[in-house]
Amino acid sequence: MAEETAAALKAKERADKKKKNPHVWPELPFKELMCAVVVMFVLIVWALLLDAPLGEIATPSRTENPAKAPWYFIGLQEILVYFDPWYSGVVLPSIIMIGLMAIPYLDTNPKGVGEYNFSARKFAMVNFLIGYFMWMFAIVVGQFMRGPSWLFFWPWEVWDDSGHHDEITLFNIDNKTSIIALAIYAIVGFALPKLLKMKWAKNLDWTRYTITISLLLLMYLVPVKVVLRQIFHVRYLIATPWINF
Amino acid sequence: MTLKEKIMASQIWKSIFRHDFEDTPSNRGKVIRSNVFLHLHPLRIPEHAMKIRFTWCMGGITFFAFLVECITGILLMFYYHPVIEYAYMDMKYLQFDVPFGQILRNVHRWGAHLMVFTVMLHMLRVFLTGSYKRPREFNWVIGVVLLTLTLLMSFTGYLLPWDQLAYWAITVGTNMGAATPFIGVEGPFAIVDKFNDVRFVLLGGTTVGANALLRFYVAHVIAIPAIVFVGCAIHFWRIRKDGGISRPL
Repeated sequence: MAEETAAALKAKERADKKKKNPHVWPELPFKELMCAVVVMFVLIVWALLLDAPLGEIATPSRTENPAKAPWYFIGLQEILVYFDPWYSGVVLPSIIMIGLMAIPYLDTNPKGVGEYNFSARKFAMVNFLIGYFMWMFAIVVGQFMRGPSWLFFWPWEVWDDSGHHDEITLFNIDNKTSIIALAIYAIVGFALPKLLKMKWAKNLDWTRYTITISLLLLMYLVPVKVVLRQIFHVRYLIATPWINF
Repeated sequence: MTLKEKIMASQIWKSIFRHDFEDTPSNRGKVIRSNVFLHLHPLRIPEHAMKIRFTWCMGGITFFAFLVECITGILLMFYYHPVIEYAYMDMKYLQFDVPFGQILRNVHRWGAHLMVFTVMLHMLRVFLTGSYKRPREFNWVIGVVLLTLTLLMSFTGYLLPWDQLAYWAITVGTNMGAATPFIGVEGPFAIVDKFNDVRFVLLGGTTVGANALLRFYVAHVIAIPAIVFVGCAIHFWRIRKDGGISRPL
């Protein structure tokens, strides 16, 4: 009798497990097919309603103004306002790609796999979402709010030079002051999470901690530079004959 | 015996479809296992992984958009010459002369935008569900590479219409290459001149011209898509090998 109940229980457990792991066929391929049909439908309607842009024939002697990059690269072009091309066009995107690849090796928090769990991984979520949002924000500003000579226009404004783009004189902060400020920024950035005894910082070994903080400090340097430029009219933090930042 | 039964009992039919169609657990497995495309899937999958609200289907849509780009791209290749004398004229030819030419080009163009957009959302979803964590670390890395390649694929295609939009966007973009530290002519600490720096490699010259068009064409239609295909194969295979689709522990 007892044996029978045990066997029945086991069978029930197995059935439950199968129910939670249903067969892929036919449900999933059907969903995928429907998904493909919907996407194809949307694409065709889109293509019927809206023609792909085609400008005049390429003329190397006639500069296009503004010459905008495709929208997915326009974030980088927008950052060009704040940094020199070597940084905004080459070094920063390289750091972003390497930083993205490094995420799984830096985030050792085992929680929140396979679920939308914000509270178990607040630090990772907040910082990733801020970075993602900044990317989207730069794209939107560059795509919709930049006119000739990369001047700022609200989307509803006409692209004319009606005077609200007065020449702003930018200045460079003297190198010594900047280096001290950047050093303070780095030291505070490194020390603060440990001092505040944030949970994620406690669980990280020194290598991971150093890389994580370095990447984050570089990421947040972008909005810092935007504020310095827009509000305080700072052009360069560090200006040398060889390299400007 | 009806004709249908006769056909389905024939040696030819049985050599192609190696299972019956009765809805039994064993046949459900065989359908997936005996089909090269369907066997990307496991036989069984956790219930939550089939829900659109979990996956957003963004990876799938990205791959589908890539297939659409391949097919419309091959069709467009029949009407396009990657030389500056013809490239722009071919656009006009597609627009006004080729049957369904305009809509073919439209689908290709908007499909590319869609692919870039969905691959970005796919990355967001994978992050939000923590699906990059051990043991899936390396598949995330491959994903980041595929995201970069998607952007490059779209960027190289941008030059091909040879209009003002294309010309100046690529000029702006490749001038960034010249700003690379050490190996770009205008970059800091340059150790190269303008005839052997990064931009020269990208353009086959110092400015966007005939060589640049040919280089971007080759990169766009074969070099990058070939790498993307291999990358996708590894990416999909590793989903299965690195513990299947992510699930709550």
